[in-house]
Parts: sequence; structure tokens; C-alpha cells
Amino acid sequence: MSVNQQSRESMPTRRWRNRLLTLMGLVLFSLYLLWAENYGSDYLIRILNNTAIFITLAVSYNLINGITGQLSLGPNAFIAIGAYTSALLTLSPAEKQLSFIIEPIIWPLSVIQIPFFWTLVAAGIVTAFFAFLMGFPVFRVRGDYLAIVTLGFGEVVRAVANNLQTITNGPLGLKGLQAYTNLWWSWGFATITVAVIVRLVNSSFGLAMKAGRENEVAASAMGVNVFRANMLAFTLSAFFQGVAGGLLAHLVTTISPTLFTFFFTFNLLTIIVAGGLGSTTGAVIGSFLFSFGGEWLRAVEEPMEIFGLDIPGIPGMRMVIFSVILIFLMIFVRRGIMGRNEFSWDWLLERSPLGRVFRGGGK
Amino acid sequence: MDLQLFGQQLINGVSLGALYGLIAVGYTMVYGIIRLINFAHGDIVMMSCYFAFFGYALFNLPWWAAFLGATALTTLLGMLIDMGAYRPVRNAPRISALITAIGVSFLLENFALVVWGGRPKAFFRPDIFGQVVSIGNVHILLLSIWTPAITISLLLALLYIIHRTKAGIAMRALARDMETTRLMGVNVNRIISLTFALGSAMAAAGGMMWAMKYPQVNPFLGVIPGLKAFVSAVLGGIGNVAGAVVGGFVLGVAEILLVAVAPALAGYRDAIAFVVLIVILLFRPTGIMGEPIVDK
Amino acid sequence: MSSLLSISKLTMEFGGLTAVNEFALELLPGELVGLIGPNGAGKTTVFNMITGNLVPTRGTIVFAGNPINGEKPHRITARGIARTFQNIRLFTDLTVLENVMVSCHFRVRSSFLSAILGLPGYQREAKAGEEASWDLLNVVGLPHLAREKAGGLPYGQQRRLEIARALATRPEVILLDEPAAGMNPAETESLIQLILKIRREYGLTVLLIEHDMTVVMGICERLKVLDYGHTIAEGTPEEIQNNERVIQAYLGERRLA
Repeated sequence: MSVNQQSRESMPTRRWRNRLLTLMGLVLFSLYLLWAENYGSDYLIRILNNTAIFITLAVSYNLINGITGQLSLGPNAFIAIGAYTSALLTLSPAEKQLSFIIEPIIWPLSVIQIPFFWTLVAAGIVTAFFAFLMGFPVFRVRGDYLAIVTLGFGEVVRAVANNLQTITNGPLGLKGLQAYTNLWWSWGFATITVAVIVRLVNSSFGLAMKAGRENEVAASAMGVNVFRANMLAFTLSAFFQGVAGGLLAHLVTTISPTLFTFFFTFNLLTIIVAGGLGSTTGAVIGSFLFSFGGEWLRAVEEPMEIFGLDIPGIPGMRMVIFSVILIFLMIFVRRGIMGRNEFSWDWLLERSPLGRVFRGGGK
Repeated sequence: MDLQLFGQQLINGVSLGALYGLIAVGYTMVYGIIRLINFAHGDIVMMSCYFAFFGYALFNLPWWAAFLGATALTTLLGMLIDMGAYRPVRNAPRISALITAIGVSFLLENFALVVWGGRPKAFFRPDIFGQVVSIGNVHILLLSIWTPAITISLLLALLYIIHRTKAGIAMRALARDMETTRLMGVNVNRIISLTFALGSAMAAAGGMMWAMKYPQVNPFLGVIPGLKAFVSAVLGGIGNVAGAVVGGFVLGVAEILLVAVAPALAGYRDAIAFVVLIVILLFRPTGIMGEPIVDK
Repeated sequence: MSSLLSISKLTMEFGGLTAVNEFALELLPGELVGLIGPNGAGKTTVFNMITGNLVPTRGTIVFAGNPINGEKPHRITARGIARTFQNIRLFTDLTVLENVMVSCHFRVRSSFLSAILGLPGYQREAKAGEEASWDLLNVVGLPHLAREKAGGLPYGQQRRLEIARALATRPEVILLDEPAAGMNPAETESLIQLILKIRREYGLTVLLIEHDMTVVMGICERLKVLDYGHTIAEGTPEEIQNNERVIQAYLGERRLA
């Protein structure tokens, strides 16, 4: 039997074993979350929530930038749309009346209030809709323009959020949102996002996206409708970013137009590049690193004492460091941590002594 | 709206459009030759303003010397960015170069923020530009007349370079077919550097006139004009230098007139460029004067 | 028998330059026709017009009774015309197997939701695509390299992979653009055998651009010769071999064997 025949034989067993391992992993992590919720510090919970939201954002951002190879600069705009959509739907009519002091909110928003979960779904759908509208003219012409169009869209969203008093409450923003987002919501959606995207990427549709990334002309010649692949990736990515926006809104409980700046997108870009552009695993790793490690980078902006010298805090230094990191990565470590590789139980088990216990049939 | 007000706004629009055009030229040349949207270009405009500001305020140079010095420094900066950040990723997939460009843009903005502070600096305005001329009820800054005039002159000079000098022909050849041109012995890197140099010089000119027109210089002043300038370049036909200036005029006039006609939309004036971009992509992707870009 | 592919007055002009001038071809089912001529004669341009990568300035292309000029490349592939490229355009970062499986995607009727949820309809289609891909890898002799990255393959095998993935689109007509370029005599011989085999087993009609005269003389049933965009001769390989104009055109390059 050839090597490949062999591996084909044991594949079903392997698949079930991997699924079991993933399930076990999820159960263990859930137990950890349970512990953290009850015994963890506020600081830890905040970081864990942030990490989950970043994972949702980074993994979906990686779908369009990394897997499909089309540079979108849209996340901050999509997050904003998702945040506002979700917030406007969870606030009660009474609260809206209180908040909208300059101009009253329009009907039917003034009377609608729906459960949190559905507001997240709505956030995703509304955001995806805008992405669809934008993607259409762009992908029909040249994907190159996606970056500029999404960048411009960010400005439009900001302008609209600031000016459309009757919907967004303008510069005042929306306050007093219920802090619905807890570890279960954030990690629940993070898990769903990762699951959906992993399945998509491993499917025929994901292959089509990758082919478009590798060589658009050849992909078309092999029958791939590259336009459709790009639209799917972009729209789906926006959906999850919208959902993440809703989660974020109900974590920080106050949103305003100034919250969703390009810096947000820039951070996400750095995360997925550092993790490995094109790797979902890399996006997850990058999110952890950024969330847990980003905290101490904040210290650069505070005054501190090094070797007895007082160094004044420099606002904006953090961003300078981030941009230097990004440029450095692009020039010297372009592949990031994972390159385009993904985590797999097979890879791990082959290398660990414990693995022998789990490896049954097939080598 | 009466005729005089219309005339006033038209002049405003033309002068604004000229600035968009000057900046757009840099975008269009770089995109034409290496298919890169140079996100840092708008920030180069910002840097030129700071260079001129410090030349005048710190080193007490006469204004024309400050302008010349700033132009030289900006040109150098543009070339440095190409050599330091873009050349290493020249052969990498397109998205890498784009990401690098974003990184450079962000770096310039925050560098300026950290080093020079976020508080806007008041730019100088020499009398030759600052004097106001009155025709009836219409008051025009001399600057508003200088701006389009200087823009057209620079454009003509640039067109001469592109069409009549060897280097310029090499630039156009590279834009059409890089591989073949390279095989013909052209020093690709040097021509690309030249492209960045010319684009940055034009951006510097645009920047300094911008700073005289809107004399509040801050680290993020290049962001929105940069975006609008890119839209102008697409509007005029990406890759086409004259088109970039034409596109700039069209966008500038459209922006000013729209706000004059519908003041309620003033808060959305920045969004106009975005709408224009979508409309061009939907109905005439090659722009006013452009040819379709063929990728081998 | 009516033509499978019927091309008439096909012209391509760029600016002031005429790359292809009034090219015509009647391709009958099952034929193996060669398109030859010096470099820059416009042969690949003809291919690009057939496959939709270029929109002809003038002329018509009719495939199986349907006019196809101006259609998008992926639609033309779906109709049944496949191609390989002169400069290899493999998906370098994907594996050999994945390269072939890409060509099976356009036949998938299930939605992306079915794929995400793993519904049986999609599973069936995916499995069918994968099995078809393995079969093709066996046909071109590459199954042992299925998990290798395509970019790492030696040149000769990359060319075979190109053919495999073009075949995976289940075409009626296949356009091969210099498939033997850069191959040594042994590789060329096995390529010839491969082309004849796939033509026989898959009932293909083949249009071939080649410079290698062993291939051209060996398997082409008839030839069309282009020079500077113009068709200067057509006929059987024997007739072309002795054609004065053709010999003149090639004199700058090399003589016909």
C-alpha cells in the first residue's frame, strides 16, 4: 500500500479522535472560565473578555486579509456599525428618550427593544449588508481599491455617527448600556466564530478564496468565480466584526463616535500579521499576545523610573512602537509566528510523549 | 445663490481642487509604476508643512528659503521611505507592500504627534499670498489665484519630464510593462526612486500651499486630504498624471459647491469623496482620462 | 461534423499595434491542432481571447454553437474550455492535491452554509471532488506528491500538475500553451504520451502552442502558423515543413527539424 493509501484508511478514526480532543479542550477551558468568573480578579476578567472579542475580530479579519488576500481596512467602521446597531436595540424606549436630549430618536427605533442575543444577530446582519454594498463595486473592478474604499468608509461612518442626531445621538453617543457581555457571551461567540471560519476555510469555498489569493488569473481559468469568493469573505468577515462590535458596546457600556478610530483597525492588522497572515491559529495566538501583553505596553505612556532616572510618560509612544513593529514584521518576519500553518492535534501528538497514548491506528 | 457668491465659491473650489491635484499626482505616479497605494503620501504632505514651519519659525529663514528647504527635505523623505520600507517588499505579495505603507503612514502620524505635539501650530502666510483682492463683493486671497497657477505650471513641467526626458520615458515604460523594461537595461530601482522624488516634491508644494490656506498644522492634517487626493487620482484615471490634476479640480469644485448649495450637508463634506469613489467604480472605473490597467 | 470551436476574423489591437489580425479556425471534435510561429507572433494572445482573459477588438468565437467572445474567464471554463499557461501559474502555497481540487469547486451546487454546517449534500460533492482529483493525480503520475506544496515541485512535474488541474475542470477543449517548454527529450517524450493518453481517455479536443518541433511534428494533425499576428500558412505538418514563408519566418530563430 502506498503511503497515501495508508493515511486515507485511518482518516475517519483520526478525525473522530481529533474531534474528541477538541471537545475535551473546550470543556477544560469552560471550567477555567467558570473559575475565573467566580474567583478571578476584575483585571483578569477584563483581559479575558478583551481577548475573546479580539479573537472574534482577528479571526474574521484574517479571513479577508489573510485567506483571501484582499486588504480591508474596514474593521473599525464595521465594529462601530455593529456597536450602534446592537446598542440602539437593547436600550429601552425610556432610556432612549433620556439619552436623546438634542433631538429625539426616530421611530421605529424609539419603541423597539429586543433581547441581547438578537441584537447581536441584527448587528451582524446590518454590518454585513453595508459590506455587501461596498464590496460590490470594488471587487468588480480591482481588489486593490478595497483598502482605500474601506478607509474612506471609516471616515463616512464617523461623519454619520457624529451628524445623524436622530439615530446615533451625535457626539453625545449612547450611555448607560447594560453590561450584558460576560465571559460566556464573549467566549461563546469567539468559539462560534472560530468554528465557522475554520470549517469555511477547510471547505471548497475556502480553497477558492486561497486560489484567488495565490493567482487570480489562474483561479478564474480553473472556473473559480473570484468575485463571489471575495464577496463571501468580505461580507462574512464584516458580519462577525459587527457582532464583536455589539459585544464590545455592552462591555464598555458607553459608545461614541470617537471610540472607533483607525487605531483599532491598525491593532488588528498588527495582530494578524504577527500571528501569521493567513493562519486562523495565528490570529488567535496574536489576540492572546496582544491582550495580555498590550497591557504593559501601555506603561510606556506613563511616567516611570528606570535605574533611578525619571522618564516622563510620552503619549502616543505606544502607537509609534506599534507601527515600528508592523513595519519590522513586514520587512523581516513577514510570515509571523505561524506562517500560513494551522494548529492540528496530529502535529502536537506526533511530538509529545503523551501522544503515544492517543495515537491508535495509522501512523 | 447669487452670481457673486457662486463666483466666490467657484474660486474656492478651484483652489482647493488644485491642492488635491498636486497631492494626487504622487499617488497616481506611484500606483502606475508599482501598483502600490502609498498610504504614507498624505502624511508626507503633513511633514512638508512641519519642515517649512520649523524652517521659518525655528531657523528664521526667509519664507521662500523655508519652502525650498522643506521641498528638498520632503523629496528626500519620500525617497527614503521607498528605499527603506517599500523596496524590501517589492517582490513580496501585493498585500505586504500595502500593509507596510499603512505602517509607515501610521508611524509618520504618531511620530509627529510624539515629537511636535498634538496642538496645532499656526503656519505663516507671507503677504504675497495673504493679501486679499476685492472684485465687487467677492474677496479673494491672492493665494487662491497663485494656487491653481502654480499647480498648472508644475503639472506642465512634470508632463515635460515624463514625455520628453529619457528618465520620464523609462517611467512610463515601467508602468506599462516592468519585466520587459527591466530586460532592456533600465535601472528599475533608480527610476522608481525618481518617481517617489517627483511625487513627493509635488506633494510638498501642495502641502505648503495647503498650510497657508488652512494655517493650522497638526499631525493628522494629511489623512483626509490624502484620501480625497487618491479619489481624485482614480477619478481622473489612475496612472494618468494630467488626469490626477483634472480629477482634483473636479472633486474640489464639487465639494465646495455641494456644501454651498446644501449647507445642511456640511458635516458630511468628507463623505462626498467616498461617494464619488463608489460612483466612479460603479460606472467608469478607468476614470475620466484613464486606460484600463492590464496585469500580466 | 460541425465545428466544436469556430473562430472567425478574430483581431486584437492595442493602441496602434495589431497583435492578432483576423485569425480564423474551425476546430472539429477530437482534433489535435497546433498553433506555431516565432516568438511574439500573437499565439498566446489568441489563447487569451478564447479563454476570456482579453476582449477581442473584433471577431467572433463560437463554442458548441454559443458565441463566447467577451465572456468572463470562469464562465468560459464552465462551458468546457480549459487551459494551461505559458508561464506556470500554479497556486504555489497550496498542496499539489489542493491545486487540482480548486478546479472542482465551480461544480459545487451546495451553498457555503451547507459547507459550514457539514450537510450531507455538500459532503457528497466535496468527496466526489476529492476523489476525482486523486484520479487525475494518478493519470499524470503525481499521487505520491499530493501533500507537497506545489511551489516546491521540480519544473517538469509542475507542468504535469498544470495539465492535471486543467483537466479537473472536465473540459471538452483544452488549450495547452507551450507544455513542453524547458523539458529535456525524455520528459518531452513522456509529455507526448500523456497528451495522447488524455485525449483518448477523456475524448478531448486539443489546441496546442509549441516551439518544440518534436511535439509539433509528432502529434499535431494540422497546423496554423502565425507571424506578427497574421496567419501565414496552414496545413499538415508535412506541408508546413516545406513551406517557404514559414521557413523565412523562423529563420531568425531556428530551422524546422
